[in-house]
Amino acid sequence: MTGGSGGRPDGGRRSATREEGATRRSYYGQPVIKQPVWAPEIPWYFFMGGLGGASGGLAYLAGLRGSELLARRSWTIALAALTISPVLLIKDLGRPERFLNMLRMFKVTSPMSVGSWVLAASGTTTALAALNSLTGRLSRLSRAGRPAAAALGLPLATYTGALIAQTAVPVWHEARRELPALFAAGAATSAGAAATVATPVADAAPARRLALLGAVAELVLARVMERRLGELAEPYHGGPSGALSTAARGSTAAGALLVATRARRSRGAAIVAGSLLLTGAACERWSVFKAGFASASDPRYTIDPQRGRVTKRRASGGAGVAAGEAATDA
Amino acid sequence: MKLETHAWPGSYGAEAKPRVGFFTDTSICIGCKACEVACKEWNHVPESSEGFTGHSYDNTVALDADTWRHVAFIEQRKEVGVDGAASLAQSASLDQLIDETGLGTYQEGDGLRWLMASDVCKHCTHAACLEVCPTGALFRTEFGTVVVQEDVCNGCGYCVPACPFGVLDRREEDGRVWKCTLCYDRLKDDREPACAQACPTHSIQFGELSELRERAQVRVETLRDAGAEKAQLYLHDSDDGIGGAGAFFLLLDDPEVYGLPPDPVDTTHDIGTSWKAVGAATAGLGLTLAAAVFGGRR
Repeated sequence: MTGGSGGRPDGGRRSATREEGATRRSYYGQPVIKQPVWAPEIPWYFFMGGLGGASGGLAYLAGLRGSELLARRSWTIALAALTISPVLLIKDLGRPERFLNMLRMFKVTSPMSVGSWVLAASGTTTALAALNSLTGRLSRLSRAGRPAAAALGLPLATYTGALIAQTAVPVWHEARRELPALFAAGAATSAGAAATVATPVADAAPARRLALLGAVAELVLARVMERRLGELAEPYHGGPSGALSTAARGSTAAGALLVATRARRSRGAAIVAGSLLLTGAACERWSVFKAGFASASDPRYTIDPQRGRVTKRRASGGAGVAAGEAATDA
Repeated sequence: MKLETHAWPGSYGAEAKPRVGFFTDTSICIGCKACEVACKEWNHVPESSEGFTGHSYDNTVALDADTWRHVAFIEQRKEVGVDGAASLAQSASLDQLIDETGLGTYQEGDGLRWLMASDVCKHCTHAACLEVCPTGALFRTEFGTVVVQEDVCNGCGYCVPACPFGVLDRREEDGRVWKCTLCYDRLKDDREPACAQACPTHSIQFGELSELRERAQVRVETLRDAGAEKAQLYLHDSDDGIGGAGAFFLLLDDPEVYGLPPDPVDTTHDIGTSWKAVGAATAGLGLTLAAAVFGGRR
């Protein structure tokens, strides 16, 4: 179990009165909600699912455009990422041998249920498309498989934002409008960056454009999310998630700069740029993941907004109880 | 009074039983922890080994996989329902007494109050844990309660951060999620849950939810009339963020003092917003891919 507000990363940023007030209005500083039980497999899955999903889309479109080499490399990347993805997810289960229970039902109220079906379907179709692209076999099946893999890869890259948003963790739940877009941007960056690394410079122009578009969107959306979160965004400004957020931004910005300039001519620069962008996208997922733990462990983030809602409701509706409220805090 | 949930009584038809629950009246809790012990005994819940916490007489800290009833202890230097001036004067002299004698412990002297409350799974009308559970291990029983099927749960852990009360938790050595079943096995035998039967003061009252809510309303009015101005019912209202709870409470102070969220909401109630955001992000990703591939010279 976690130790409440004692280990908060942002230390002395808040005024003393505010700290005392928060302590008094909680139960010995204990968290109100539980921290997730998810292990490091989960942020890596967010990264891999995004990489694999968007790579399928890139591969399919590159094939349509006639960029055969880029298409082939991207199908391979998609296959690799989507082979690792279910392994990560199954490993994180408390009862891995029961992983098939994930497909026992289909529930739209559960992003994890929807995601399990999307992953199963996109993994199967991506495997078909990639095998065809590498060996030339299964050509009739893969004619339908390719567009299906591309189409299913897109929600695979974004549903994970809804998955963490539909929890009681304030820093995730209150970012439910931004998280899917942030993860989509990270997926675009990752797919573009991985293809930039894996493809000769002359064939990688679409991949570089994708990486650049994704990186810019990722930097902007992270800012937008923090703005809208207001005080709840504190975990992004200190502690592990703050450090990861800074690393993500620096790495993504540097990679974007490089991919727009030298990476167009030099394969070496392209490999460095792609690696920086992949690192940035991974750090961004990790930052979001870690922020959730900090947000859940401090009762202030749960209690303060809820108390604010109650006070507001009472001020606009029945004023009867408000008097007693003020008296206790004195 | 609206008691219906998504699955109860609708999906049970003629087999639906009246919705039951707990009314925990904390004003008569004496902190004996008989509920914690009875729950562990009946349900074979492993020991919770937090040891000495220093938080008054609390040694189980919070609800989790191995604690399905948790008694909270809060020490307050405050009188119950004395008028303002008298209370201020008394606590002032008490402060002085403590300063002079060095006797700082809360148990000594008058003018202090000790809040005790037995917490439990709320068996929400709109239960986020049940909605997000991908395997269907969490289900709504014929009694309107929420139960985990231990032979189905695969330990994905989604319900753990989804619960607005932090009730569910994964048992490390076991890998699955555990919580209060409202003694589903006993209910099927027409017996009351172990904690309610063991409670010596009737602080934990078991019964049909509609009847419990009426009883609670009378009780809170009695306490208010007697001067307990902050006495309040918690989660008794069908219009709150979780549609009212199957296990609700009478508290003598604000919920957060007991470690309870003051305005909990079913975390899946706004899932439409999330799916819309996913739709927009998915379309955006598709367009970005198309722009990158077809939007340049080479």
